[in-house]
Amino acid sequence: MNNKKSLLQRAAAAPHIVWSVLFIIAPLIFVIYYAFTDSEGSFTMENIKNLAQPSYLEIFLRSLCFAFLATIICLIIAYPIAYFITKASPKTQKILIMLVMLPMWMNFLIRTYSWMALLEDSGIINTVLKLLGLGPIHMINTEGAVILGMVYNFLPYMILPIHSVLSKIDTRLMEAASDLGCNHFQVITKVVFPLSIPGIISGITMVFVPSISTFYISQKLGGGNFDLIGDTIERQFQTAYNYNLGAAMSFILMILIIISMTIMNKYADDDGGVII
Amino acid sequence: MNEKKIIELKSVAKSFDGEVILDNIDLDVYEKEFITLLGPSGCGKTTTLRIIAGFVTPDNGDVMFDGVKINNVPPYKRSVNTVFQKYALFPHLNVYENIAFALRLNKVSEEEIYERVEEMLAMVNLKGFEKRDVNLLSGGQQQRVAIARALINKPRVLLLDEPLGALDLKLRKDMQNELKNIQRKTGITFIYVTHDQEEALSMSDTVVVMANGKIQQIGTPTDIYNEPENAFVADFIGESNIIDGVMLDDYRVKFSGHEFNCLDKGFAKNEAIDAVVRPEDVDVVEPEKGMLCGIVDSVTFKGVHYETIVTINNFKWMIQSTDYVAPSQKIGLYIEPDAIHIMKKSEFSDMFGDYSSFSDELEHLSDITEEEEERE
Repeated sequence: MNNKKSLLQRAAAAPHIVWSVLFIIAPLIFVIYYAFTDSEGSFTMENIKNLAQPSYLEIFLRSLCFAFLATIICLIIAYPIAYFITKASPKTQKILIMLVMLPMWMNFLIRTYSWMALLEDSGIINTVLKLLGLGPIHMINTEGAVILGMVYNFLPYMILPIHSVLSKIDTRLMEAASDLGCNHFQVITKVVFPLSIPGIISGITMVFVPSISTFYISQKLGGGNFDLIGDTIERQFQTAYNYNLGAAMSFILMILIIISMTIMNKYADDDGGVII
Repeated sequence: MNEKKIIELKSVAKSFDGEVILDNIDLDVYEKEFITLLGPSGCGKTTTLRIIAGFVTPDNGDVMFDGVKINNVPPYKRSVNTVFQKYALFPHLNVYENIAFALRLNKVSEEEIYERVEEMLAMVNLKGFEKRDVNLLSGGQQQRVAIARALINKPRVLLLDEPLGALDLKLRKDMQNELKNIQRKTGITFIYVTHDQEEALSMSDTVVVMANGKIQQIGTPTDIYNEPENAFVADFIGESNIIDGVMLDDYRVKFSGHEFNCLDKGFAKNEAIDAVVRPEDVDVVEPEKGMLCGIVDSVTFKGVHYETIVTINNFKWMIQSTDYVAPSQKIGLYIEPDAIHIMKKSEFSDMFGDYSSFSDELEHLSDITEEEEERE
């Protein structure tokens, strides 16, 4: 009986296993294979060593820096939004959550192009500023524009997990806090915030990982002045046809992400596990 | 009992979505008193408690604390603390930090916090539990932490919202005694909400019976039990046979086709009344010696006594007696004058007191749904 059941369970898990092997494990093996071989297919450390050049180091550092800033800004913007959404009536909450997700229904490229139209020197914002006598302000092709693009694109991934955790906090805990002497602000700092840390951690993960590996945003909003890892990797595959160097970069990027996540999960350890 | 009023509710009213939850209630709470709000689900007892705690603002009426109106004072500025129904312990803090919570807010020194938390832990018998994770404690232990957390700031009044509802019977009895002891020791006024009449009678100095958003009766447990004001109170507190009757004269009442002597007076001649006879106050005698005669419907063995349902004039009486009489046998009932209590007719007359549809199981089921409904 037990054997039969486990067989059935295994059968049920089969599609998932096939999926994982095909689309997760196999690509990973390819990445590692290419990263440590040359164009002839023999083992080499050259690809990795090549990345130690200052120009590549600069790209890695810049990517880390931009991703870090974008994540922090997302958190600062998203937390109050998520908090006020949970304070609304259930019906309003649904509408607000839909509004948060609405941009995600639109294509990523179109959204980025829209920002170009907004930020350009002769774009919509500058036209308005000029009319008001305040502009023009140079915005496109700056670091700020790139980070803005990241924040805009990944903000929903920060709001949603935080909102989901906040909305599950028992209101009686907030009542208990205020009963024991917390004013409105202290209720948030002493009870709501500590209890929402798991949501913050998963929000940070969901913003940081795509931010650090993002491409296209910096090409369009940064005017190619700010090469990020994602763009460089793309170039290796699309224009330079150097699969081995591209794979080596992907490999290093993965290691960077794993290190960042490990550091963060260390902080979250007190509140139980957080899924990457 | 101290005669100084600490909390006064003055014609307090509250509605939610057009539904009246509290209908102009007046209530005085005295210092050092153990007062219990008792009633079925939806009677307004929890809302009353939440108004005193400051979580609910009354639509009408005043809440006074030491003679000062506190309607708009937020919860954190009231010297009232609450033990919540399902404890509401902070899951991110251990036992020590949960109890120390209120002190930390007041920037009390680390040494004093330690001293007072230890004192509280000793009081609730949880010494050695400081570092424990509150999520891993048993219900009874969580309860104790909740009490310690609420008492550490030495509130003038402690509010308890069905604190023992989630505990099993044995533990509940122990905690009843413990709570009573804590209350005596600390001299803090306890306002206790429950739907368990036995709990209310055994712990309280004063019992407030509520129904339909109104206070039905306020009194000591013995007053409430022996001299219920109306059919609702008589039925809710303990078992009772409530029979339609007529007051013939002072000390003379007629019900079930028989005239009885009683101890009540002050009613109009031939006034229609409700007569209450407690099941344990009825003596079972030979049919020919009885004041009333009836046929036994059913008998249930309850341990201390038999619970016998007897039909007399189409009314089903409950009698608790150590004498066993088999079903469908004829039986005589003898009722002493002091076993009869006379009540004025009320909106609750004829709603309670007949045991034709009595079922222990049903009563138990309604208790369970009650805990769920009480949350608003």
